[in-house]
Amino acid sequence: MAAVSTTPRQKAGWGTANVVVVALALIPVLWMVSLSFKTPTAILDPSFVPSQWTLGNYTGILHTATFVRPLINSIGIGLIATFISVVLASMAAYAVARLRFPGKALLIGMALLIAMFPIIALVTPLFSIERALGLFNTWPGLIIPYVAFGLPLGIYTLSAFFREIPWELEKAAKVDGATPFQAFVRVIAPLAAPGMVTTSILVFLACWNEFLLAISLTSTIAARTAPASLAYLSGSSQFTVPTGPIAAAAVVITIPIIIFVLFFQRRIVAGLTSGAVKG
Amino acid sequence: MSTSTQVAAETAAEKSAGRRRKPPLSEGAKAERRLGWWLCAPAVIVMLAVTAYPVVYAVWLSLQRYNLELPNEVKFIGFANYGAVLSSPYWWQALWVTVLITVVSVSVTLVFGMLLAIVMHRTLFGRGTIRTAALVPYGIVTVAAAYGWYYAWTPGQGYLSAAFNYAAPLTSQYKAIAVIIIAEIWKTTPFMGLLLLAGLSLVPEDLQKAAKVDGATGWQRFWRITVPLMKPAILVALLFRTLDSFRIFDNIFILTQGNNGTGSVSILAWDNLFNALNLGIGAAISILIFICVVIIAAVYIKGFGTAAPGTDIERR
Repeated sequence: MAAVSTTPRQKAGWGTANVVVVALALIPVLWMVSLSFKTPTAILDPSFVPSQWTLGNYTGILHTATFVRPLINSIGIGLIATFISVVLASMAAYAVARLRFPGKALLIGMALLIAMFPIIALVTPLFSIERALGLFNTWPGLIIPYVAFGLPLGIYTLSAFFREIPWELEKAAKVDGATPFQAFVRVIAPLAAPGMVTTSILVFLACWNEFLLAISLTSTIAARTAPASLAYLSGSSQFTVPTGPIAAAAVVITIPIIIFVLFFQRRIVAGLTSGAVKG
Repeated sequence: MSTSTQVAAETAAEKSAGRRRKPPLSEGAKAERRLGWWLCAPAVIVMLAVTAYPVVYAVWLSLQRYNLELPNEVKFIGFANYGAVLSSPYWWQALWVTVLITVVSVSVTLVFGMLLAIVMHRTLFGRGTIRTAALVPYGIVTVAAAYGWYYAWTPGQGYLSAAFNYAAPLTSQYKAIAVIIIAEIWKTTPFMGLLLLAGLSLVPEDLQKAAKVDGATGWQRFWRITVPLMKPAILVALLFRTLDSFRIFDNIFILTQGNNGTGSVSILAWDNLFNALNLGIGAAISILIFICVVIIAAVYIKGFGTAAPGTDIERR
């Protein structure tokens, strides 16, 4: 796989390429981190490294209800939506991967259509429908659409994972005297778990990232999510542009992602590519 | 709109199902069918409730004069909203901006994504570090990253603005669009790179070696072996990226709010809904965007042939 003989020139070449990739990926993030540690006067100095450091931006936003409440909303809505959509997607993906039934192509086609759906096309009707049903500006009002948009992603990745599971093991376990329940819990579930974890991460990231529905279907901090609250932190400015607090809030909502990425790097890569590239 | 595509999909499904088996179903096969339907039912119901019904409702809304500020003047007016949108320079301006952003960002992302995939695939050391670093832009909240770019280009605050002689690109149309495109490229290149990496790892190493022995240069090997074998992966990645880019909203909303003629079609629809409170016009724009997306998807899927995503499941 790797070249048999590596000349110092090749090493230097790939080394440079590596450095460029890492720098391009991280500099914009480091800039945000730097901004979040700048004092209000240092913000007006465009240098990349803060001339004066402060933690004030963080303590400030973590004591602001307009940020803390949306953060809690984001976590709650994200977890609930992820749980429901992964459960529903697992059922459908099991059927797609293992059973023969008419309508499978229709299901796949529908999931594909929804995955590519222009969400803006739903904002107008959902806004109208949710106001009529009393779902506007509530947790369920966001959870329901998030589940729907998590499902295509879930069905795709999970059916790709489920097709890889050696299902004959289930029969083998039964032959060896296991009950169907034991066969499922001891043999199949452990094999299916990595796929489900991966899918959960991808769906959660999508919910955590979502902005358009979050600003359209909420009106107060009762249900507004963290990304949407950033736009309102800027709106609430009185005398100065709250650059520091916004940067700090942006870093706070980015940290969980960085942690996910560090811990689950391999799984995220596997999940992202499993559904898409098989043909 | 959606019903017609669904009907088409349905007949296609019936055809393929009919081809597979003619003889009467055994009890076991019947039970399997029923189980399959039951397992899929909850997912299907949720997806239909959140998309199909609202789309039908959006079509209905788009045929009415419906302004939330004038609740007593709601009236069925046929296609007048579409006429108003299609004869408005704002729609064509927004469509041009959207197409420009989509074409430029997707093509640049394809090139950068390919380079990234090659680095991730071939680099001699630090493969894990590269992948982790590349995943950061993918995972980061778009809005948070957009603020980073916004402040970086704010004169007096931003390092990029300072580096370019205190430029203020966000206040002029095409420079602002360039910044929006940069933000899009930065965010989406890793996704493209990872999809292409998966395609790249399917290219057999022996083939590369054989071509090398036959005297093919690296450039020839790339165009004659790697690219043709990766075609399905490239097309899937392009389709996803194109449709995703066409609905661009977050970056523009933060970077320019669509001012100075930088708004996309999604921004235009949102403005009509939440600033003008005009549900009828907003819905008409939404439906037009939906039609554009269907056209793009149809063009790609025609190009795909059998390699369309999902067909592998059917070929089982």
